[in-house]
Amino acid sequence: MSRLRARSAWLPAGIVGGLAATMLVIAGCGGSSDDSDTGSAQKSVGEGEGQVNLVAWPGYVADPWQSDFEQQTGCKIKLKEAGTSDEMVDLMRTGQWDGVSASGNATAKLVSGGDVAPVNTDLVPNYETIFDDLKDQPYNTFDGTPYGIPHGRGANLLMSNSNDVTPSPTSWAVMLDPAQASKYKGKISVYDDPIYIADAAVYLKAHQPDLGITDPYELDDDQFNAAVDLLKQQHANVGEYWSDALKQINSFSNGDVVVGTTWQYQYFALLADDQPMQAPGPDTGFQPTEGATGWSDTWMIAKDAAHPNCMYKWMDFIVSPQANAEVAQYFGEAPAQSKSCDEATLTAAAKADDLPADPKFCDEYHAADPDFWKNTYYWKVPVADCGDDRGETCKDYNDWSAAWTEIKG
Amino acid sequence: MEASGVTAGSQKRSAGRRFADLFHGRPRLQVGTLLTGPLAWLVLLYLGSLAVMLVAAFWSVDALSGELIKGFTFDNYKELWDTDVYRTVAFRTIGIASAVTVTDALLAFPIAFYMAKIASSRAKGFLIVAVLMPLWSFYLVKVYAWQTMLSANGLINWALDPIGVDGPGFGATAVWIVESYLWLPYMILPIYAGLERIPDSLLSASEDLGARPQRTFRRVILPLAFPAIVAGSIFTFSLTLGDYITPSLVSPDTQFIGNVVFTSHTNNLPLASAFATVPIVVMVVYLLIARRLGAFEHL
Repeated sequence: MSRLRARSAWLPAGIVGGLAATMLVIAGCGGSSDDSDTGSAQKSVGEGEGQVNLVAWPGYVADPWQSDFEQQTGCKIKLKEAGTSDEMVDLMRTGQWDGVSASGNATAKLVSGGDVAPVNTDLVPNYETIFDDLKDQPYNTFDGTPYGIPHGRGANLLMSNSNDVTPSPTSWAVMLDPAQASKYKGKISVYDDPIYIADAAVYLKAHQPDLGITDPYELDDDQFNAAVDLLKQQHANVGEYWSDALKQINSFSNGDVVVGTTWQYQYFALLADDQPMQAPGPDTGFQPTEGATGWSDTWMIAKDAAHPNCMYKWMDFIVSPQANAEVAQYFGEAPAQSKSCDEATLTAAAKADDLPADPKFCDEYHAADPDFWKNTYYWKVPVADCGDDRGETCKDYNDWSAAWTEIKG
Repeated sequence: MEASGVTAGSQKRSAGRRFADLFHGRPRLQVGTLLTGPLAWLVLLYLGSLAVMLVAAFWSVDALSGELIKGFTFDNYKELWDTDVYRTVAFRTIGIASAVTVTDALLAFPIAFYMAKIASSRAKGFLIVAVLMPLWSFYLVKVYAWQTMLSANGLINWALDPIGVDGPGFGATAVWIVESYLWLPYMILPIYAGLERIPDSLLSASEDLGARPQRTFRRVILPLAFPAIVAGSIFTFSLTLGDYITPSLVSPDTQFIGNVVFTSHTNNLPLASAFATVPIVVMVVYLLIARRLGAFEHL
């Protein structure tokens, strides 16, 4: 017994030694791999590989168009839905996915990290008729090279339960103004992502003009602190921070929260479930008076995609008039494809989606109205360079994500 | 005939036998060969991943691409130290883990005592099954059940409505309740085993010597059962400390260590790694104290 005891004293020492040795080995292996190679776009699309692995926002890859694509091309879709842009970037870096429906706060990360390849738009016939104001944008084109195919755009939605919140709010103040928000203490649902700080900035841009906020993603010290302080005040009233769309649907239908920021996907799912949900209507383009943060999404292809041909087929398919009209109406966002706005196409797509016909869909969602979108601030990566004469004084994403943990307390 | 048969047989087995002969009289080789597999697994997979995490705590993240910069910096630990929120979250988590441990100890002791010393053997069998029963069902199902019960239109609010009281709702209190429920069996079983080991004759002797039941409990039962309670507390404390699923389901507005690690690992893996060393340190200290108190004899 005593001999055993004496020996067992060596065990902890052995573990610590082993750990230290392993750490040294790992540290030694930490040589940087060369990610600077941007790669070149594919030259042609050959036979499909029979499969394609997609990372997408909830509601972007679903039936009926998912089955149509699989039947037409023989490419089976393996789908992973993600709730935040950071999650998407993370997934793409595992190297197991061929493509992603990236928002602007993911596209720049993926391109600068060398995770995605340029897209040869000649191989995507439907690219031609995509709305011009979606092409060559800073979130999908880098150094003049297109890195993806626009999917559609929309704005984050202010949703509330009409039984508890009357009249239907037309301003983010219902969630952000401390006096108003305290009426719904513990019943407010907030998107759990550092990028939500931009929502506070959009609100402050309208309500505190002396801060001089021009772009909610380019915030200098004062502006950033004001936004963070506002959200810290909001924290006392928040019932949940959500990043899983299905969980948020649950919270609203259980009555745990009554007002919050959401996507059209959850809104329509709740309405379909006969829940008394309300949101700003088509007359304001579904937006509160301050405008809103939003997205303009891009299908990107992984640099070392295992199924590049199927991915090209998907990128062309998802912006084909019928499929893009189907996904746009199903999700509730403006389509990227101009031909999707054809009344007959919209009606046929609504029928396929099992939705009521809405031939005015593209007008309501301002699909062909570039001026409308100036109040929609597409997600993008905050960087130190403010992009104006303030120079390198803005808060970068590391600051944003650190602040976000602090806000949640 | 017989002799040649044996020879043929031994020739047939000779390869295996020669291999076996290798080990004959070499206890170190025997043990070494037996342990190679498990040890390799432990070192490579378990310690390896732990080591990756500890190394990653000294890396940093590129602000634009979010890519890891594999340098060496103490910035993550400095940020953890300088930013109040991490201390708040750490203390909140340790606080809840302690509260759960105390709650479970208080709930488990009478049950375990009844099972070990009072119940008939039939009742004992029934109670053991009853205690183990929750472990048969899937962890997530139990947490979701609590989520439904605790929600605004849930069972608890409905039951409390007639007396005009609101349920705890979601938040730290909900985490305390649910974790206490989840880990209770892990406290009952070691205490039960510990109490079983106390011979009834000791209790009789104490009574014969004139001790009242209270004194017997304080001076005889409790000291003998204490290491078992500490053993049980290792489970309740460590399981609560590391859990992030329960908090994310029943406390969507209050963060715990696990949630901060989980949400920040996507946008700042090094910081998440640095923060994850906090529960490791806490557990190392806890286990050292538990060892002092003799808990390891009761696991």
